[in-house]
Formats: sequence, C-alpha cells, structure tokens
Amino acid sequence: MDLFAFVKPKNELESSAEKQQNVPFVPEEMWIKCPKCNTMLLTTDMEENLHVCTHCDHHFRISAKQRLRLLADKHSFTEQDAQLTSSNLLDFPGYDEKLKKAKKKSNESVICGECRIGGIPTEICVMDADFMMGSMGTVTGEKITRAFERATENRLPVVVCTVSGGARMQEGILSLMQMAKTSGAVKRHSDAGLLYITVLTDPTTGGVTASFAMEGDIILAEPNALVAFAGPRVIEQTMRQKLPKDFQTSEFVMQKGFIDAVVTRGKLKQTISKLLKMHGYKEAE
Amino acid sequence: MADKNTQTNAAYEKVMAARDAKKLTAIDYIANMFGDSFIELHGDRRYSDDKAIIAGLGMLYDTPVTVIGIEKGRNTKERMERNFGQAHPEGYRKALRLMKQAEKFRRPVLCLVDTSGAYPGIGAEERGQGQAIAENLMEMMTLKTPILTILIGEGGSGGALALAVADEVWMLENSVYSVISPEGCASILWKDSAKAPQAAEALRMTAQDLFGLGVVERIIRQPKAEDKAMFESLKLLVSRTFEKNLKLSDEELTENRYARFRRIGNAQGGSLD
Repeated sequence: MDLFAFVKPKNELESSAEKQQNVPFVPEEMWIKCPKCNTMLLTTDMEENLHVCTHCDHHFRISAKQRLRLLADKHSFTEQDAQLTSSNLLDFPGYDEKLKKAKKKSNESVICGECRIGGIPTEICVMDADFMMGSMGTVTGEKITRAFERATENRLPVVVCTVSGGARMQEGILSLMQMAKTSGAVKRHSDAGLLYITVLTDPTTGGVTASFAMEGDIILAEPNALVAFAGPRVIEQTMRQKLPKDFQTSEFVMQKGFIDAVVTRGKLKQTISKLLKMHGYKEAE
Repeated sequence: MADKNTQTNAAYEKVMAARDAKKLTAIDYIANMFGDSFIELHGDRRYSDDKAIIAGLGMLYDTPVTVIGIEKGRNTKERMERNFGQAHPEGYRKALRLMKQAEKFRRPVLCLVDTSGAYPGIGAEERGQGQAIAENLMEMMTLKTPILTILIGEGGSGGALALAVADEVWMLENSVYSVISPEGCASILWKDSAKAPQAAEALRMTAQDLFGLGVVERIIRQPKAEDKAMFESLKLLVSRTFEKNLKLSDEELTENRYARFRRIGNAQGGSLD
C-alpha cells in the first residue's frame, strides 16, 4: 500500500500543471468552500464539527448514514426492510437508468429501523438526499409506514429525519398515494398515545412537507433549512415577484408557527433524548 | 401550457377535456344533486373563508350529507373570485372543520375535486399549506363517518388528495388525477413543456389508467347539465354507497379505509417483498 497516496496528484494532467506552477500540491478534497459565507474550510475541521461551517454555522447536507451515526447510540441500530428497493412500477421512460445511478450512491431514499437514543429504544427513519434527492416513491412510503406500524405494535416513539424534493414523479399517482398511506400510519401511532418527533433538514418540500414531515407531535428543524410545500422557484414563476428574504427557511417557518424549535446539529441528539425522557420513555436494560 | 405545435395523444386529450372551461363545475353538481336543500357553510373559524372551496349541507333523498367541492368558477369573473380552484390552507381547514362536524353527527361526506393543485403562493406558504394538507390526510383516515370522493375534472397532486382520503374514490370518464401536471413533469424531466403529452401518457393519469392501477373504484359517465336522468343515477349510486358504509361500525369503516390505501401500490409492487 502506498502510504503517500493521499498527497499524490490524481492524474497526470494535474501533475503536469503542478510542475509548471511549481507550487506545493494540496489535494482539492482537503478543502471545501462554505456556500453561505464563502470561507475555505479544511474538510477535516468541517467534518469534526459535524459538517457544520466553523465560520458561519452553515449546516452542510449529510448522508442518511452520517445522520444515523449522529443520532443513534453506537452499535444500537438494526435496519429493517432493507430488502425493499425502488423499481420502475409504471415503466416510466428513463426511470430505470435514474434508479441505477441513484443506487450507486445510496441503497434507498430512506433508512428505517430500531435504535437507541440516549439509551432509549426508538424507531428511526432517516431520509437520504443522495438517493434521487430523497424523493418519495412507493418504497419510501412503504418503509416509513412499516416503521410506524412496528412502533405502534412495540409501543416505541418514532423519530423521522426528513430531506426530500417531494413526491417522485416517475412513480406517478402511486407516489402521491404514499402521502395518504404514511399519514394514516402516523395517525394510528398517534392515537395509540405514542410520541412522534420530526427533524426537518435541508430541503424538506412538496409531498413530504404535506404529509409526515408536518405531522409530528414535536417538529424540530436544523438551522436555515428550506422548508416548503411549493418550492421558491415554483412560487416565483406563479407570482412573478421576488420572494421576501429568508422566506421558507426553518427560522421563518418557525416564526409563522409551524415548527416547534430550530436546533443546531450539535444539540440535536441531546434535545431528542431529553424529549423522549419527558414523555416517559425509559432506557433499555 | 403546451403550445399549439405540440403533438397530442389520447392521454393529453383527456387532460384537455378535464380542463375544459365549459364543463360542469362543483356548483353544477351540487345544484343538480341537492337542489334547493343545499345550505352553504362558510369559513375555517381560524383565518377566513376560502372561496375556492364551496361547502355545506344538503339532502340526498332522506339523508343529510356534508358536501365539499373545489370550485373553479364558470366564467372569468367567477374564476377570479374562486382563485381558479386553487385552495389556500384556510380552504383545506374549512373542509376539515366541516368533516369533523359531519363526524359528530355521523353524516356522510361527499367531496367533489376539481383543481390543478393547492395554491403555490406566499400567503399560502406562510399559513402552512403543507401542514393544512397533512392534517387533512391524517384526520380523514380515521374520520368516523363515510367519505366518498368524486374527481369531476382535474385532480392535481396534494391539493386534490387533501379531499380524497375516502372510502371510495370515483372519477368522471374525462377526469385526470396526477402527482404533477404533465407540463410540469415534462419541463422538469425533459426541460421541455411541449413534451407534456408524452408526460401525460407516462404518468398514467387518466381515469381509465387509474382504474387499472386500482387507485379508483369506479368510472362515471360524464353528465351534461340538461341530463337529469344522468344526475338521478349518480345520486342513486352515491346514496347506495353511503347507505352501505353507514351500516359499518366506526372500526370497520376506518379499518377498510386504511386498508384501501395500504393496498394501493402494494398490488403493483412485485418488488415490495
């Protein structure tokens, strides 16, 4: 194994450019530019800071797996329904190729299973922006519905972390029906007297906002996340007018009364486990 | 809107028919089915009265019914007044208020859906369009009184679904129901709204497609204003369905409704296990 692989240029093109400029080579992936304050951040610093900008607190998007590591106690997560994978139910043109591409990046648009948060057994669903922007297809809806049904049966609280561009249009009406199905499962869980916490992350839009994202007993959100039913571009097109500053950020939506609290990533886990305890859920033996 | 040069197809013809400005709107259905017995009830008791949704009580033969319709308007003036049938959150909240009232008196609910979608605007977002729709989906699923929804034109996405979590969903033969408009779909996926007809076909949004997918229970012949006999048979059909569902216990009723939505998609999904 080449110990110095990480400092070596990626390809010959880069290496010849290096020689010409005669400057020390720093691999690009060591740096990342914050899209909000434009500060160049050392990737390792940013990662250590839970993928939050060390300069302006901008919350970078993280994958479902990273979020699970952030919230679930170590080695406590057992995945369920991993065998369910999206397929081209309506023979929608081009969808097979899109799925193939998406499946290289992530297994599915949501990961579901049981974990412990601060020792408390919890059913958790984490959506994944890496899979077709977390769009809600039949499998997304089915996995979330099953998670709520399991939690109702096992009398567990549910935490759902949302990130979604909305319904997945390649699954046509079947994706729309997931909104009703998941809402039904949430209602049954709620009627059983069990706690449901949602964590809205950037972006949460469309059919997900108009269903389980907005149905939590307690709705938390990460700072500056886009939370919308109709996205800003759609509204600008219909209204032909500029939108107010900070429109549809989580802070804005909280001010309008639709989010309970905006919580920074660093405080998310402790906030959730406090809430779980206050609802009488006990740590597992 | 797709331009005139667009190559059309059967699916897109249906979309055009569903949007036809001359077709009957919710008001016509209410007048023909409930006549003078209809009493309109206004407002969401929270913010205002959304005129995109017309709701109230009427007699279906001997049975009082709560009727909730999305109204597009029959001429330009009415269409402006009705916001072209695009409801705001207060419209969905008015609908929910009256559904809860119906539940209290165990009165069946008839929803008539005709909308291109929930209104995408600043005020609608500020007042929680997503939350309003979400709440309807949740509450309708366990509403302890029969609900029947008929799509009488366009069924546009969440804005239509917010009145369509029902025991049965019926569609007029020339109505459509979709997660996104074919123009929107074509412009997002193929960067070309002129490809709307292809999108209409791919989305499988016609009544006939959706019946095949098990999303709707019945396709209704398109009634004409002067066709009293058509409306009589529609009334009879609706009344029989309510009668059947009124006999069920609360538990059976809501269990059947949940199972209905639990089934959709699963019947399709060979991949689901």
